[in-house]
Amino acid sequence: MAMIELINVSKNLGGKQVLDHMGLTVEEGETKVIIGRSGVGKSVTLKHIVRLLEPDEGNVRVEGRDVLALHGRELNELHMEIGLVFQGGALFDSLTVGENVGFILREHMNMAQSEIDKRVKESLALVGLYDVELYMPADLSGGMKKRVALARAICTRPKIILYDEPTTGVDPITADAINQLIDELHDKLKVTSIVVTHDMRSAYKVADRIAMLYEGKIIAEGTPDEIRYSHNPYVHQFITGAAHGPITDGQNSVSTNAG
Amino acid sequence: MFLLRKTFYMALGAKVLSLVHFIGGIVSLGLQAVVLIPARPLGGGRIFEQAKKVGVDSLPIVALVSFFIGVILALQTAYIMQKMSSEIYIASIVAVSLTRELGPVITALIVAGRSGAGITAELGTMAVTEQVDALVTLGSNPIKYLVVPRFLSMTFMLPILTLFANAIGIFGGYLIGVYHLSIRSSLYMNMTFGTLVYKDLFTGLVKTIVFGMIIALVACYEGLNVRGGAEGVGKATTMSVVNTFIMIIAADCFFTALFYFFVK
Repeated sequence: MAMIELINVSKNLGGKQVLDHMGLTVEEGETKVIIGRSGVGKSVTLKHIVRLLEPDEGNVRVEGRDVLALHGRELNELHMEIGLVFQGGALFDSLTVGENVGFILREHMNMAQSEIDKRVKESLALVGLYDVELYMPADLSGGMKKRVALARAICTRPKIILYDEPTTGVDPITADAINQLIDELHDKLKVTSIVVTHDMRSAYKVADRIAMLYEGKIIAEGTPDEIRYSHNPYVHQFITGAAHGPITDGQNSVSTNAG
Repeated sequence: MFLLRKTFYMALGAKVLSLVHFIGGIVSLGLQAVVLIPARPLGGGRIFEQAKKVGVDSLPIVALVSFFIGVILALQTAYIMQKMSSEIYIASIVAVSLTRELGPVITALIVAGRSGAGITAELGTMAVTEQVDALVTLGSNPIKYLVVPRFLSMTFMLPILTLFANAIGIFGGYLIGVYHLSIRSSLYMNMTFGTLVYKDLFTGLVKTIVFGMIIALVACYEGLNVRGGAEGVGKATTMSVVNTFIMIIAADCFFTALFYFFVK
């Protein structure tokens, strides 16, 4: 059984058809990278999985459960199983790093403070941060914020981690460290992951499979090597970062094979 | 001419629709907040923290302004009363005006400008930086976590602040009456508290409870619905203050009429 399934999902936002009968399947334990240009609907796809957005048409399933049919406690349980790392970190400004990371434990789990502190320390250590619990988010660099956001997402030891542009806005060395971290978490926590990015270095490094989103649909999917050597002109233009090609020329004939 | 009239009616229709949408949004947010009050975790710490921000931190400015209002009211009343040699009634006029009308309204407007704008800016920034979305993914309902503490603290703290404002305003009037107009202190006090009846205080405080709800709900609604980054936060903050002011004055007019005709 697939861990995450988006079946024929369509979403119109502000008059723009962002997702158009889009289908995506992620198997258990797999790290799937979704690539595509900015504004193509990658983050919108992630938001459907945690039901921050609801599709106009189609279905979203997580471990076989229809996400749209979940309410109240069931929806909360789903959120406990999924960690979402937001693009800008989305750390709560008014809380310390420790309070941010342990937020879900403090609010929703009947745990002693000492136990919460221990789990917070462990989660921060997993992302390579030590003794930062008392810092405020405003005191952290961009890279550290991303790590703290990641620590917050893994604090409940989720089965699924969704990363929204994890390497955007950080220097190449920090970006590589984050990629390594995604790989390590995948190995240590045995999680299923979706990474949304337009950074191809990152995509090749962390992906088991890569899917390219274009005009609301997945137009190509394959292993990193299949994508790297794809003959699909859309994929080729995107991964080589060419200014001219079918994507920018607005051609509409889209092949659906990575080939 | 026909085209002009058509455009006018379309613009009017759009305004009415947006007003209905706004009022509907506020009422819906209020109902959700009330339903979620008993939901766990109760968030006592957050309510206490908000009560401090709204109440204790607003006290100096509310005290200062209400003191000046008391002084101004006494001086303006003295201008007329001296002509009629009725300075003695200044105490009663200051007390009744403050407890029934000026205390509640001025306090509400100060808190709307100070705390209401702050709430919109804070929640708006949280919305545009995806912190509100993060709350949802961390299993918390943003209305329970963000709106309920602000709604409760505003509803409870505004009447308390108004009581302080009334007392300080009366004190301002007392200083003018006793030290400038040479009214005997005991007489001034008698004329103040002899005139005031339970109804004056009650009607004033009932209004402030409603004003508190309006400030919290409009501020939270505008903040949570911010779109478009820093510019959006700025616009929402302005709209929050403007809409709250209008709604407070409208509610004041409604309650004044209601109490005038139905509470004898």
